[in-house]
Amino acid sequence: MNIEELEQIAKAVRLENAKYDHEVNVCMDLACLSQHADRLKDALTTAIAASGKNVLIRKTGCMGPCSSGPLVRVDPEETLYRHVDASHAEAIVASLGGEPVPGLQCDLNEHFELQTRVVLENAGYIDPEKIDDYIARDGYQALLMVLTDMTPNGVIHRVAESGLRGRGGGGYPTGLKWGTVAKASGNLKYVVCNGDEGDPGAFMDRSVMEGDPHRVIEGMAIAAYAVGASKGFIYVRAEYPTAVARLTAALRDARRHGLLGNNICNTPFNFDVEIRLGAGAFVCGEETALIASIEGRRGTPKPRPPYPAVSGLWGKPTLINNVETYANIAPILRKESKWFSSMGSERSKGTKVFALTGKITHTGLVEVPMGIKLREIIEVIGGGVPGGHTFKAVQTGGPSGGCIPAEMLDLGVSYDALVKVGSIMGSGGMIVMDDTSCMVNVARFFVEFCMTESCGKCIPCRAGTAQMFTLLTRICNGTGTMDDLDLLVELCGTIKETSLCGLGQTAPNPVLSTLKYFKNEYIEHIVHKRCPAGVCNMEATVPAVPMEVSA
Amino acid sequence: MPAFTPPPLPSDDKRWKIVNGTMRKNGFARYALIETLHTVQSSFGYLDDDSIRFVARSLRVPLSQAYGVVTFYHYFSLKPPGKHTLTICAGTACYIKGSDKLVAAAVKRLGIPQGQTTKDGNISLMTARCVGACSRAPVALFDSEVEGEMTGGQMLEQLERWAVE
Repeated sequence: MNIEELEQIAKAVRLENAKYDHEVNVCMDLACLSQHADRLKDALTTAIAASGKNVLIRKTGCMGPCSSGPLVRVDPEETLYRHVDASHAEAIVASLGGEPVPGLQCDLNEHFELQTRVVLENAGYIDPEKIDDYIARDGYQALLMVLTDMTPNGVIHRVAESGLRGRGGGGYPTGLKWGTVAKASGNLKYVVCNGDEGDPGAFMDRSVMEGDPHRVIEGMAIAAYAVGASKGFIYVRAEYPTAVARLTAALRDARRHGLLGNNICNTPFNFDVEIRLGAGAFVCGEETALIASIEGRRGTPKPRPPYPAVSGLWGKPTLINNVETYANIAPILRKESKWFSSMGSERSKGTKVFALTGKITHTGLVEVPMGIKLREIIEVIGGGVPGGHTFKAVQTGGPSGGCIPAEMLDLGVSYDALVKVGSIMGSGGMIVMDDTSCMVNVARFFVEFCMTESCGKCIPCRAGTAQMFTLLTRICNGTGTMDDLDLLVELCGTIKETSLCGLGQTAPNPVLSTLKYFKNEYIEHIVHKRCPAGVCNMEATVPAVPMEVSA
Repeated sequence: MPAFTPPPLPSDDKRWKIVNGTMRKNGFARYALIETLHTVQSSFGYLDDDSIRFVARSLRVPLSQAYGVVTFYHYFSLKPPGKHTLTICAGTACYIKGSDKLVAAAVKRLGIPQGQTTKDGNISLMTARCVGACSRAPVALFDSEVEGEMTGGQMLEQLERWAVE
């Protein structure tokens, strides 16, 4: 495969698509699929055949506003239909070439206006199981350009220049990490993609892997060329069977096209990727635990240094980046790094994908430039809190993050700003809570999560989270005392300071941030034995037994 | 040192061949432990003592280590699943939207705690740590069918349908 051949494929697909008068795109992401988008697609296919119209039907990845699903978009008119079911199929097909079906249109201009699509630029436009669809949208161009025209150092320089930071949550500068792995000695190096999206309430990586799998593979191949690796692994949660299937198919197709394997693009560069399944352990999102899991062992973290960049998988230098980080690579190289760094805030460049969920009108996947105000995401893109309730807090960063109260909604979203207010960017879960959510109960939920997910290697985390859970359960039961609260704060400090890995170090964050902004709720529970949100059962009958996770 | 010969298959059940295939594909390397356990679970529905022993011997992993891996990861189950499985998502978005109430209702209806199977082997009750359908919280999986915006009523109706099958 060379650039000319790639362009020929792209041209052929574009010509083929141009033969059709219309394109009907059906979102088949999990949320739409759970509302029988598959039956809808069958009905549309039948209706198109019956109508004799010249129409292309395509299944796509996530279009974004999941709460309006199942979604159908008709091109070139770009008419988006919401809550479509099989009974609407004939009306939609009949309307092609005329006026849109009345009453079915999705009017979400405000929702889309503030968004900038980089990572999700193909989601909703390509069939994730067709490599040619990806190629027709400039896919693999960056890889071939890099292999023929750029030196590994040039690639690293370009990535560093763009200002891209790790999208897994930590925000470590990607170019710097690549540089470290490139400089590490040894012939054998590995590239790993962290697709173990364990943060409950986040599904950005799932949507990217399912909706645009080749983009992840292309990003990994470019990274491998830059750092000098020939072997890659994608570590995916077993809970995402569709992502596994789509990635498997994508890898097969990439190999067939000569975009993976030996002597890619007639250069000396060899690279191939294997999939490794997770097995339900949150701690495996931590890079050293992830490495242990790929090696077939229990996912327990190791002290760093040595960092995986120097000694990782089987002791070899290993580059580990998150799915979304890799998804940013191809556009950065295809365009200018200045294009990328012109988006975002001073120290956080580009865009970020968030999974907007909870008590909010438009749930779904949104991609916004860094620096956008939380208020814009929640009130404009998300459409605010429904049902006449009032906004109370937004939780970012999952079990490692914190709750941000209403008075801080004018905060611009960036790695540093979120840390400053006691939360973190995290991988991109954004859960909105209203006045019916009890913040003490939410803190207890996260601590319970960290307690059951603690790998048990180091005591502060293993025993500390259990103690925190007991204290929080007492407070939720109405049997807590003010001394318990002091003890809780002290314990938070100890766990933060002394835990080995990120899980333990950040486990106290949900407690500390709710204590910082919603201390009155804790006091209400303790002093007045009252849960202001009416969530906690104050009859002291709830035993301090965790909700055991069985699957 | 004589070359390593993997142990014979535990029985002529064809599923062992699939399991063996996974190990062979990985050259019987130790790192294939988790991959192989996934294959066992997807073929047999769960991991029993015999299968863990067989995999451990085949990959030359100490049995204690294999058992440690099985019990470390939530995804692996040591008990056979019921004919049907109700899985309620206990992720954050689902929790905020009341999945704990769904769990309580299911526990009450089935008379078993979560993670267990009814005595007649008909229904297993499970919870999951987020299936990634957060935008349609709360989410329940009936067998492997994902259903969003689940209400207690809808869930109990499905349980009734399973009960009278």
